[in-house]
Amino acid sequence: MAQPTTLITRGLGSPVQMLRRARQLRLPWLPIGIMSALLICAIFAPLLAPHDPREINLLDSRIAPGDSWTYPLGTDIMGRDILSRLIYGAQTTAKISLLALAVGMVIGTVLGLVSGYEGGALDAVIMRLVDAALGFPTILAALIVVVVLGTGIEAIILAMVITVWARFARMVRGDVIAVRDQDFVIQAKITGVSTPKILWRHIFPNTVNTLMVVSSLMVGQVILLEAGLSFLGMGLEPGAPAWGVMVADGKAVITNMWWLSLFPGLSITIVVLALNFFGDWLRDTLDPKLRRSG
Amino acid sequence: MQRYIIVRTFQAIVTLWILSVVVFGSVHLTGDPAAYMIGPETTDEAYEQLKKNLGLDKPLPVQYWNFLKDIVRGDFGTSTYLGRSAREVLIERFPATLQLAGAAFLLSMLIGIPLGILSAVKRDSAFDSIGKLLAVVGLAAPPFWIAIMLILLFGAILGWLPTYGRGGISHFILPTFVLTWAGMAGYVRLARSSMLEVLDSEYVRFARVKGVSEQLVIWKHALRNALVPMLTFAGLTLAGLLNGSVAVEVVFAWPGLGRLMLQGITSRDFPIIQATVLAASFFYIATSLIVDILYAYVNPRVRYD
Repeated sequence: MAQPTTLITRGLGSPVQMLRRARQLRLPWLPIGIMSALLICAIFAPLLAPHDPREINLLDSRIAPGDSWTYPLGTDIMGRDILSRLIYGAQTTAKISLLALAVGMVIGTVLGLVSGYEGGALDAVIMRLVDAALGFPTILAALIVVVVLGTGIEAIILAMVITVWARFARMVRGDVIAVRDQDFVIQAKITGVSTPKILWRHIFPNTVNTLMVVSSLMVGQVILLEAGLSFLGMGLEPGAPAWGVMVADGKAVITNMWWLSLFPGLSITIVVLALNFFGDWLRDTLDPKLRRSG
Repeated sequence: MQRYIIVRTFQAIVTLWILSVVVFGSVHLTGDPAAYMIGPETTDEAYEQLKKNLGLDKPLPVQYWNFLKDIVRGDFGTSTYLGRSAREVLIERFPATLQLAGAAFLLSMLIGIPLGILSAVKRDSAFDSIGKLLAVVGLAAPPFWIAIMLILLFGAILGWLPTYGRGGISHFILPTFVLTWAGMAGYVRLARSSMLEVLDSEYVRFARVKGVSEQLVIWKHALRNALVPMLTFAGLTLAGLLNGSVAVEVVFAWPGLGRLMLQGITSRDFPIIQATVLAASFFYIATSLIVDILYAYVNPRVRYD
């Protein structure tokens, strides 16, 4: 089993030391490479994409991959360039997933801090909510949200937040309970530091490792969720450059135009694989305690 | 034990009740059901009359009470899109989903747990690598995409299996396979890690030192303890199964609840949405209740939490 490494708390040291430490950590280079590629595609999509992902060009429709240098991965029924749509799809995925994750993390962390620190009835209520949210099938949550808000990006983000926050809340609460009765917290309390300040300055820093591990383990699931919801047509409009939508668009013509569904689905799988591997590595490195709960 | 069952059942009922408020609220918040049902070309009188018939002129708490009475009796109203009783449609579609999800639920357990355990016992062998690969891909590849790729391979290229609708056993293979793989992956991973942990424990080492045969150590001492966490996991896979089955039903045109749910959403058919969401939630909550109670039998520590 890997030893817990104080990756963050120790200073970075000289470049030689940094290099040596990086080697000791056995960084998962392939997953990191894939994640970087995703981010680069997301940030620089307008520069990288050879075509406009939404531009309809009926003269160039139904081109198979490899048949044309202009469209290396082929085009769809409307003549839209698959490669460009994949690159913009990375942007859509990154935007929606990171936003949902961030919102879920903030809500979960705040509730987890309060729940663990205050205890009592408030803790009981929050934890029941956590249980309900963790167990409840996301698809039902998403359907209810869609009924209330109508379809749209807000609806899928909200549906994702409903499932995501609970995991953060539960983990953070565990960390808080572990430190709340320690001397440094009690001393702060005696000297009259206000509760919000104790939570933020003294307790929150102890949850950072957990937050990093849980969020890296969650990203993959969040991306799958986003893909699933947009596949079902609950998030983005048909024709939008998103991987889930692209798989759905190719579904009806899969027998003639296999490339329409194959590439976006493959992109989802590879990205989620990379994120899962990276999450496992991070968990083993930062917090071997968490091994079982993943 | 009895107390645990009572408390847990009470919690399940409270969850269901909250859900009924949410569903009721969602229908009444999103707009005026009467205006939606009657369409734009109508007189004010006809509109008022419809509102009266639907009980929409009464105060909200009264409306909620009537709604609650109706759903407890299983009356979800008439589907605006299909023109039939939502309950009838629900009962018609339910067996298809039960068949598919039930088969996948059992198969993923029956295949996933032995695979994970063998993976742990034969650690670092070729078998272990295959088991891990299956699990890792199953957790990362979206089920709806796997489904479409299987349609391409077995339907279009090889022409071996039907890819559309419900029928004989051959219609059943592809959708069940997709759902099972997704569910199985979690079991393989969990069974492997929990078996590895047990094999590393004091009492297994002690049994070995005592001279108990390796076979007996693995199949008697270790296995029994490694199986306990599986049961809680069964409850969690159920949620995943429900998520997956909507997409899989849509891809394979399987006439089940998941597809009905989605049709309800796209045609804004409130009675159908209410009926399917409530039925699926009820089914889900009831099953996790049963799983939790079973778990408390197997693992007495839980009862006193």
